[in-house]
Amino acid sequence: MTPAAVPPDRWLELAPLQLRDWVTGFLPASLQWLATGLITIVAILAVFGLLFAYLTLAERKILGRIQNRPGPNRTGWFGLLQPFADGVKALTKEDVVPRQADPVLHYLAPVVLVALSLLGFAVIPFGRHLVAVELDAAVLYFFAAGAATELAIFMAGWASRNKYALLAAMRALAQLISYELPLLLAFVPVVMLAGTLSTTAIVAAQGGWTLGVLPHWFVLTPWGFAGFVIFMIAALAESNRSPFDLPEAESELIAGHLTEYSGFKYALFFMAEYFGMCALCGMAVTLFLGGWQAPCAALECIPSYAWFGAKLLTLLLGFIWIRATLPRLRMDQLTRLAWKFLVPLALINLGTAAFWSLTAGWTGGLQLVRWAVALALVAGPFVLLGRRLSRGVAPRVYRYASS
Amino acid sequence: MSAPDSSFLAPPAGSQVRAVHDEFHGDLLEVSMGPHHPSTHGVFRMIVTLDGETIVKLKPVFGYLHRNHEKLGENTSYLASMPYTDRLDYLNSMTNNWAYALAVERLAGLAVPARAEYLRVILAELTRLLNHSCLAGFLLQDCGCSGTPLMYAFREREKILDLFESLSGSRMMCNFQRFGGCRVDPSADWLAGVQQLTDGYGAFLDEFEALLTGNEIFMARTQGVGRLAAPLAISAGVTGPVLRASGVAHDLRKVDGYGAYPQFDFRVPLGDHGDTYDRYMVRILEMRESIQILRQALARLPDGPIMDPKAKLRGFRPKAGEAYGRIEGPKGEIGFYLISDGSPNPYRYRVRPPSFINLTILEDLCLGHTVADAVIILGSVDIVLGEVDR
Repeated sequence: MTPAAVPPDRWLELAPLQLRDWVTGFLPASLQWLATGLITIVAILAVFGLLFAYLTLAERKILGRIQNRPGPNRTGWFGLLQPFADGVKALTKEDVVPRQADPVLHYLAPVVLVALSLLGFAVIPFGRHLVAVELDAAVLYFFAAGAATELAIFMAGWASRNKYALLAAMRALAQLISYELPLLLAFVPVVMLAGTLSTTAIVAAQGGWTLGVLPHWFVLTPWGFAGFVIFMIAALAESNRSPFDLPEAESELIAGHLTEYSGFKYALFFMAEYFGMCALCGMAVTLFLGGWQAPCAALECIPSYAWFGAKLLTLLLGFIWIRATLPRLRMDQLTRLAWKFLVPLALINLGTAAFWSLTAGWTGGLQLVRWAVALALVAGPFVLLGRRLSRGVAPRVYRYASS
Repeated sequence: MSAPDSSFLAPPAGSQVRAVHDEFHGDLLEVSMGPHHPSTHGVFRMIVTLDGETIVKLKPVFGYLHRNHEKLGENTSYLASMPYTDRLDYLNSMTNNWAYALAVERLAGLAVPARAEYLRVILAELTRLLNHSCLAGFLLQDCGCSGTPLMYAFREREKILDLFESLSGSRMMCNFQRFGGCRVDPSADWLAGVQQLTDGYGAFLDEFEALLTGNEIFMARTQGVGRLAAPLAISAGVTGPVLRASGVAHDLRKVDGYGAYPQFDFRVPLGDHGDTYDRYMVRILEMRESIQILRQALARLPDGPIMDPKAKLRGFRPKAGEAYGRIEGPKGEIGFYLISDGSPNPYRYRVRPPSFINLTILEDLCLGHTVADAVIILGSVDIVLGEVDR
């Protein structure tokens, strides 16, 4: 695995791999494959476990700042130990299982949810050399694993024997199934253009720069931008984040499918939510934002995993910002947005991508025509469908009593 | 009263509920929302019967906060009831005080000096700003904003509460009005503080509206939801912004012209649809009018005493008779009905609580809508359980 010649300025890039090989070197050769695999798993769990811990803190801090309050600042410097205090609290709390609940399913739901939400990390290339598993059908695997989390949420709602939890479970199923479709349709153009389902190959296809500064990321093409936006909206819904947090809508369903959970099982649900969020954002980075590629040639000296991390954190910050800003949709509006807006847009986007792919040879003035047509294909349906979607909803003018 | 919009003649969207048991649709689900629920604004309970997520029946249950308010009023002296009125609608103690003081003043035939009338107007309009800001914040919270609008609203409420505290010594339980005037004459500093707040409040409203009023999700969630037709509103005795959002021009500040209100120039905003969005917008527009009233009142605040010299605190015994005093509180008509038999205590003490009466139409508003809508409809009706249960 170790490349033969390491350029002196690339040592940071390879440091994680060399560390791994150094550790496995102590073991007999017959066990090294096992150790390599285990170390990879532990590394992913540790990095994203810590990211989960500090993401919760960052979310509370950022939400606090947006809402004119400081956020947690009592545990450690600036509240930096808050996640660990929360963890200890969750572990020491009593785990209440309702007498009416189905104990096996009630116990299994959070475990299954966390396990399934971790599967996606296997195929995301975190850096130039950092991908746990090279799969030919990596994208397909990722979304198959992600779709299975719906089952766990329904399990939680059903097993709790609580009416709110049941309502939440029904909402979750309807929502997740509705948004699976735009999520999948949004990445199909990427596969069409890159010609592969392998995540490493998709990132490689976005390599290179025009004039050394303009990266060839898919998000910088008309179809890629549309795909990215559809993907992110669907990702918000898939990870049950505001404004699509209907299953756990606290002002309506108390805590939705989490109503009857307490202690560490409750924390596991949040862990799964954040893991799912990280995985989907990581996939968005991979598919549309050039993965670990640097934005311009001059910045390649910064290790690739740092670029991946920076892009991932930017997207996560966007999620937090949206949560602090938007009200929640209603169930029927949520499904209408998916079926009447996102799905048609994603389908039209397929055509745009096909056009883009067919006209790859156009140069000079034709290049301008290519951009104009593609932009029109993206913007036109967006405006028309959007107008249809928000029909009957407009700001109003008010009158005053005549006296 | 202006003629109701013709569209109100059509039944509201909510009333067309189909028969429930057919082959395709399964059983109904009865959910008890509350008394411990994040969005029932206190210990209010709604027993909702759901078909899927659609409400086919809603039974409001209240009384969890009953504190025997009216019987207490009959067993204490007139003045001793004043601090109890703070606890009716605990957001708006100033207007509760005023309504009660007005009833007693009518009973005892006391006159209120001009300065006190102006002060009452200032305090009532500050209370209106406070209540409507909180309501807008809570309504958005019910819509699923994770606290941001509420925190913005609370930031402004805090400034008003600080003013109340420096004037009356208490932030929420002000106990400020007296029969025939007010308890404390405010200092020039305090009036300057009100002026500063008044000047800044428009900017806050602009910011709040820029963030929320035109928000597509908020409009989609509230427009057409929970329509209240004007005839129903009138026959149910609904008052306040909820009534005006249904297009009925009925504002006691204009109708009764009590206090110093006839001397001020302000408008009464009306809604045309009677839905949740109208109820929200009418309140926002009312706040802008309140700012106008505050400006005029501060500019023209007369000098003079703040108490009727005839009024006496001790041994207060109004002659036998009865009186009803009502004012336009932020939530609607808050009224006190008193019967005196010449003793130090009222013979009968009755409160007309606006949020209790506005709440009676809740089922009509919610039928045919979803659970998520019921929560915001309840939020837009604007109840305080202290007043509903008394």
